[in-house]
Amino acid sequence: MIKTKFDYNKYLRQNTLPHIWCPGCGDGIILKSLIRAIDKLQIKKDDIVIASGIGCASRLPGYVDFNTIHTTHGRALTFAIGIKMFKPRLKVITISGDGDALAIGGNHFIHAARRNIDITLIVFNNYTYGMTGGQYSPTQPIGSYATTTPYGNIEPPFDVCDLAKAAGATWVARSTSYHALQLDKLIEAAITHQGFSVLDVITNCHISYGRRNKMKSPVEMITYQKEKGIPVRSAENLKPEELTGRFKTGLIYQKNDAPEFCAEYQKKLELLKTK
Amino acid sequence: MKKVLEGSMAISESVRIAEPRVISAYPITPQTHIVEHLSQMVADGNLKAEFVMVESEHTAASVCLGASACGVRSYTSTASQGLLYMSEVIYNIAGMRLPVVITIANRAVSAPINIWNDMQDSMALRDAGAIQLYAENNQEAYDMHIQAYKIAENKDVMLPVMVCVDGFVLTHTFEVVETIDEVERVREYLPPLNMEYKLDVDNPYSFGTLGEPSVYMESRFNLANAVNNSKKVIVSAAQEYKDMFGKFHGALIDTYKTDDAETIIVAMGSILGTIKDVVDELRESGKKIGVLKVRSFRPFPEEEIVAALEDAGNVIVIEKAISLGKGGILSQEIRDVLYKHRINSINVNGYVLGLGGRDITPKNIIDLIEKAKTDENMDGEFFGLNSFIEQGNISNIGD
Repeated sequence: MIKTKFDYNKYLRQNTLPHIWCPGCGDGIILKSLIRAIDKLQIKKDDIVIASGIGCASRLPGYVDFNTIHTTHGRALTFAIGIKMFKPRLKVITISGDGDALAIGGNHFIHAARRNIDITLIVFNNYTYGMTGGQYSPTQPIGSYATTTPYGNIEPPFDVCDLAKAAGATWVARSTSYHALQLDKLIEAAITHQGFSVLDVITNCHISYGRRNKMKSPVEMITYQKEKGIPVRSAENLKPEELTGRFKTGLIYQKNDAPEFCAEYQKKLELLKTK
Repeated sequence: MKKVLEGSMAISESVRIAEPRVISAYPITPQTHIVEHLSQMVADGNLKAEFVMVESEHTAASVCLGASACGVRSYTSTASQGLLYMSEVIYNIAGMRLPVVITIANRAVSAPINIWNDMQDSMALRDAGAIQLYAENNQEAYDMHIQAYKIAENKDVMLPVMVCVDGFVLTHTFEVVETIDEVERVREYLPPLNMEYKLDVDNPYSFGTLGEPSVYMESRFNLANAVNNSKKVIVSAAQEYKDMFGKFHGALIDTYKTDDAETIIVAMGSILGTIKDVVDELRESGKKIGVLKVRSFRPFPEEEIVAALEDAGNVIVIEKAISLGKGGILSQEIRDVLYKHRINSINVNGYVLGLGGRDITPKNIIDLIEKAKTDENMDGEFFGLNSFIEQGNISNIGD
């Protein structure tokens, strides 16, 4: 629990506030959680880089007082890779939405994971393109509605965590904008992990997604997260059919001894210098 | 039937009645409403087409390329970064001579990110081999899409057509638009697509295959000729449309009160409405001033522009785009054709206004006309900047 009143202001750029997120949006919860996690880790502000693509979530870097870069749609990870390769000592965190990370930027997602580069990717997963008004996204559940799926989606969604693990990410977890305290710990662990860490955060867009799917208020969407999220350990005792329509929360996969890309690159450089 | 329609709705109605069979798009502001309406029409069975949802603009354009190569009428729309991301494919669509129609909801480009209107996006694609038409209002946007297919699919043309409409100014505003209700009449104007060369297992062709140095130049020569020769098709498409449906907004260009004008303002897109209002006002006070609307930017209507401007003393070009490192794009092309026709008596002043959604008000235009009286050969000068930058204090940007 947070006992004393936490001062977020030292991490926020006052001149860019108020933020653009709709009242009740889950993105603000994740922003605060990110700030608390960074504060807990006591990383110097100047040692943190936050890169983002395009979309509601990608507006986050504008609000925080770190080194930040707001780039083009789907390419946040590629900019982040360039930064990390040039200055591996920096903590590089990438903020993407589900459309940004898995649709237009899906290619970069799997290749960053394959390389196991020491970057943390936080996917703000709201199942929709919120900023453009609610088009279908690659994480939108089957049967749910969007402006471009007016009679229900027939395409199977990506499971962000399964995809990340399969592609080679060495730290994979999921949380929600409801599980804010768990989220603090997971962001901390993701940043600390040496390798590509992917944190899938289910967040609520009641405006563009909820309204079309019988969850028109933030409360209904937060309740959905609370009820449908199931801790990884509890899920182990359930049959597959009992997990239908639900998602696992918590640390899903971790591998500590895998070679990290920047370290391997450095090793190769050293080796070539001796020849 | 006359209806009050949002610009996006008018465009989607127009696309519906042109009966494309494949539509593919990716969300981007301010284009999104157009394809949302179309996806609803497809889902409701009011438009018999495949609506392909994709993961990027690059893919959307590629889907249209593939469909079009099979001889199928296809459609996509985009804006800004989405268009830049599509650009690789648009060059290919043009090179393969495929008649895809693409709506551009004109929007500024990054960085900094900006979702509002200007024309820097479509102007960046001016050399791709696509025809570029610019609409002044929602009625014209409606009519222009039907004409666009007619032009694109003409066997002497066979090129993509970009229909450019000002983002938000047109796409998100409601106007009275007269729609065509009988699909049969549209079919009469725009017969089903029947391509001479297409992907067909019984009669195989290869598209986009390696063009070695021995043939590449000829391929580009043919493409250049096709774009140039599309001028007469654009004119006839506008004329036939007028004859059948009674609507005419100009062909390659349009003129407004230019006959005795000493000063002519040249522009493209929705700003023309504001300019015409200002011109009406100035005419009342006896000023001899008129407007030249450039409707087709590619192909560039050289002869028509020269004929419209040759008797004027002053030309003011208002444009929402800039070629960085040179200046105004439309103004330099106008200066170029006047020079080519040995007309050196006209003072052409080009100004860049309204970038990234900055409003262009009637007062701005009046001030600009006043300023142009003493200016000479301005080449894309920025007009309407905030005062802090005029004081040279650039560090204030973003604060």
